[in-house]
Amino acid sequence: MFGFFETGLQYFYWGNGLMVLIGVALIFLGIAKKMEPLLLVPIGFGILLINLPLGGLMDYELQITSSAEVPGKVISIQVDEGTKVREGDVIFQFDSGEVLAPIGGRITEVRVSPGQEVDPDEVVAVMVTTTQTELPVQPIGLLSRIFQYGIMWQVIPPLIFLCLGALTDFGPMIANPRTLLLGAAAQFGVYFAFFMALLSGFNMQEACSIGIIGGAEGPTTIFVTSILAPHIIGATAIACYSYMALVPIIQPPIIRLLTTKKERAIYMKPQLREVGKAEKIIFPIVAAVVVILIVPMSAPLIGMFMVGNLFAMSGVTERLSKTASTAFIDILTIFLTLSIGATMTAENFLLPKTLMVLVLGVVAFATATAAGVLMAKLMNLFSKEKINPMIGAAGVSAVPMSARVVQVMGQKANPRNFLLMHAMGPNVAGAIGAAIAGGVFLGMVG
Amino acid sequence: MAQEIVEVPLTGKITTVNVKVGDEIEEGDVICLLESMKMENPIVAPVAGKIVQLGVTSEQVVNPGEIVAVIDY
Repeated sequence: MFGFFETGLQYFYWGNGLMVLIGVALIFLGIAKKMEPLLLVPIGFGILLINLPLGGLMDYELQITSSAEVPGKVISIQVDEGTKVREGDVIFQFDSGEVLAPIGGRITEVRVSPGQEVDPDEVVAVMVTTTQTELPVQPIGLLSRIFQYGIMWQVIPPLIFLCLGALTDFGPMIANPRTLLLGAAAQFGVYFAFFMALLSGFNMQEACSIGIIGGAEGPTTIFVTSILAPHIIGATAIACYSYMALVPIIQPPIIRLLTTKKERAIYMKPQLREVGKAEKIIFPIVAAVVVILIVPMSAPLIGMFMVGNLFAMSGVTERLSKTASTAFIDILTIFLTLSIGATMTAENFLLPKTLMVLVLGVVAFATATAAGVLMAKLMNLFSKEKINPMIGAAGVSAVPMSARVVQVMGQKANPRNFLLMHAMGPNVAGAIGAAIAGGVFLGMVG
Repeated sequence: MAQEIVEVPLTGKITTVNVKVGDEIEEGDVICLLESMKMENPIVAPVAGKIVQLGVTSEQVVNPGEIVAVIDY
């Protein structure tokens, strides 16, 4: 090592170059196009940082042990310190057999030499990898530590849910409980994408993580993926966040396709019933009890969501609610986005699988939108007071983007219409629905 | 002549008022911007006509049902 200075350049290949461009593109979209800048700018920079080789920000250390069950002898060593290996490459030849690289990465230390006797389970080499894996790895980089203890340990996403709870007003939903059905209907997109993913050859765990993209809830997606399929977390997270930003482009054509001009112009009185303080306080408590009893695996998300909401509604915990809705969510967002960006090394991200995740993600968003709208139309068949079917599209959570889309389209179809508050009902119901759908998946295969 | 009364749809703050009394406006023209739920929402004219009364000024906090504008058409 001494006297030999390694630059990252010799390890930099076209894949890193492409990822750097993707990172810069996300930063550009955030800054120049104002697309979800609070998310895309740090994610983009995370991607950029992690594709500069040897920076070590996302490194995990992994000890390679002799797999032989009896003491063996080293015959030959195929690697040096610093050698890049791919999963399955032969590292050592023992008289008892071969030792293969358990995952792609770089060898950092070789602890044995040819001819040496090796005990079973003795550590024969040490390697570093940037891949998220189930293997017993030790995070040794700044961002891999944040990722491991913040995201893989499922700490940050539920805490973000607490903050979102503090920012959410369930009033429009309580005033019009019918909208719960719309939020639930939009979860159809989750299950549709789940089956599509299964059909496309993804395994059960991956399919669940892909389906949940349709819930349009970043923290839920990351939470579910971190438990079930951490190796695709970069792809599901980026799909979820970028499609949320693209809601104003994805949703309108689908809404227009499924509704007539007359339906889009259906007028809804702007005034919702005034929801009292007591109702708003009781709601998070009752909702937490009911939902968690039925779908226990949703407890980390729903529990935090509701306690955050209670902070905001109780009227006596204003300090907690204010911190949760300002500084705390910002801090968590910095940790989350930087480390999610850092999962996207060229080796992990530039795979056919990623492209499939992105395609299925948009399918999930589209079918969720369609399901919400169709459910609203179905409800109109049975109710006297017609609702504007467009508010079904707001069941795709993406708070408050999809409600905003509905508001804008509604006003265009009928200038008297002001659908924002009506759309906020299904919108917050969709957030709950997504967390429940995640809990259902975890209960099924977790 | 018929009159159209435009009311405030939800609680919020008026950020800008784009018209004044006496203006001729078209259907869909923005009368003012209402900031509510961290979003700016345009309040638009439901009919073409002439503004005869304005009920809001910028920076004003408004509640549902209050008059934004009265339009003669």
